Amino acid sequence: MDVLTGLAQWFAQPLQFEFVQRALLVSVVAGAVCAVLSCWMTLVGWSLMGDAVSHAVLPGVVLSYMFGLPFALGALVFGAGSVALIGAVNRTSRVKEDAVIGVVFTAMFALGLVMISRVPSQTDLGHILFGNVLGVSDSDIWQVLILAGVVLAAVWYKHRDLTLYAFDPVHAHSLGISPRLLETLLLGLLSVTVVVALQAVGIILVVAMVVVPGATAYLLTDRFERMLLISVAVAVAAAVTGVLASFHLDVSTGGSIVLAQAAAFALAYLFSPSHGLLRRRAPAPA
Amino acid sequence: MSAAIEVEGATVRYGDVLALDEVSLTVAPGRVCGLLGTNGSGKSTLFKTLLGLVPADGTVRILGRTGAAARKEGLIGYVPQSEQVDWAFPVRVRDVVMMGRYGRMGPRRRPRAADREAVGRALERTRLTDLADRQIGALSGGQRKRAFIARAIAQESAVLLLDEPFAGVDKRSEATVTELLLQLRGEGHTLLVSTHDLAQVPHLCDEALLLQRRVLARGTPEQVLRPQVLMEAFGVHPEEEATWTS
Repeated sequence: MDVLTGLAQWFAQPLQFEFVQRALLVSVVAGAVCAVLSCWMTLVGWSLMGDAVSHAVLPGVVLSYMFGLPFALGALVFGAGSVALIGAVNRTSRVKEDAVIGVVFTAMFALGLVMISRVPSQTDLGHILFGNVLGVSDSDIWQVLILAGVVLAAVWYKHRDLTLYAFDPVHAHSLGISPRLLETLLLGLLSVTVVVALQAVGIILVVAMVVVPGATAYLLTDRFERMLLISVAVAVAAAVTGVLASFHLDVSTGGSIVLAQAAAFALAYLFSPSHGLLRRRAPAPA
Repeated sequence: MSAAIEVEGATVRYGDVLALDEVSLTVAPGRVCGLLGTNGSGKSTLFKTLLGLVPADGTVRILGRTGAAARKEGLIGYVPQSEQVDWAFPVRVRDVVMMGRYGRMGPRRRPRAADREAVGRALERTRLTDLADRQIGALSGGQRKRAFIARAIAQESAVLLLDEPFAGVDKRSEATVTELLLQLRGEGHTLLVSTHDLAQVPHLCDEALLLQRRVLARGTPEQVLRPQVLMEAFGVHPEEEATWTS
């Protein structure tokens, strides 16, 4: 058996299994949506916010399970709620924003942990924290697809305004376009996106999905449209590689996906022709 | 006819710090007003007040309208200080200039032919046509300034606020920028230009205002640039100042 057939086998063999197909669907869709949003996250500098929102949804997820509601519902309420809380505390106290974020998201996460230990559970903490993409239900898949559709539609409609906000909020304001409204939109999209990605990689690793692809693409291009394309390509490739590697090696799926993304980032960091560490030093533009 | 820029008794506090103290300013349409003062004298705060970015006591009127109405109509063009711009941001010069048109577009900000033509003309006037596809940071200091002036031209704003347009710009580009600003004045634009480069003031400005939290002096450049007045604001003689900045 030559290398090519071996490689084809490596890709094809797991696909006979329905659970692998479903895992791939969820991981690719979630990865792509996160990748789109990650471009703005990288440019606005909101990585920590992604981390905060993802951890803060835990109580919402637990409540959803307790009352038999779609997990996305509780997660969205708590994701958006914690963003609003961070904003409110930030505006009304002298504490700096990063500290406020640190206080709010850890408090929310702790609340979730406490709640989970009281719930007579079929809810497996491990699945929520680290993802369980190999065991997604039909309802999970639908939630992911619908929310992904909502995010992509909103981004398609407002992407130029979001870029304007990221680049020059003062100019937006001077045109009568409210930066506050755009910020709220972007935070709302972040909350929904985090919920989408929960299924694929779990709470702990979601932040990677909304940061790494965008950061990788940012190292590779100076054009925003290309940044979007590269970011999505990185995320999709990482999702496929991660799911299949986790099948073959019998290791954590979420972990594999994020490791694949990190590998892409490392390659771009070192070898990017324009911004890589090891690029041939060209004279800086005048 | 109403003034292009009219500020009446503007007072701004940041906590306990008084940033602007009862500042009043009137600029007639088609005039260039130089806004002079040291760092921390309130020049940027006055711009923020004109843009409605800080809560201020007093009133601001732009061409007889409230600040909010003037912004909605796209009457105020803003050229930011270099330090406030993320020069590594993945946008091209053309994209930045196009952002001047966003107020005229629908909610998706999809450019129409008229928008592309306006951007093309603005790039031509600022002599950036050949550089339009460069990333914004891949321009020289003077070209960067011209790119943001091009954005205001594409916006067709009647009033232009320029925050330190000569900072980080070499002598030759400085002349190009000045010439461009004088052309805009000739077309009826009203300009408020903050600068600590006093050498450009007599040539560019019809009037000047010296700020040190409150208005220290206002009038023609000659009146404001008198040595005694400058001593009070800058603590140095004007010729010395001019040599430092050139």
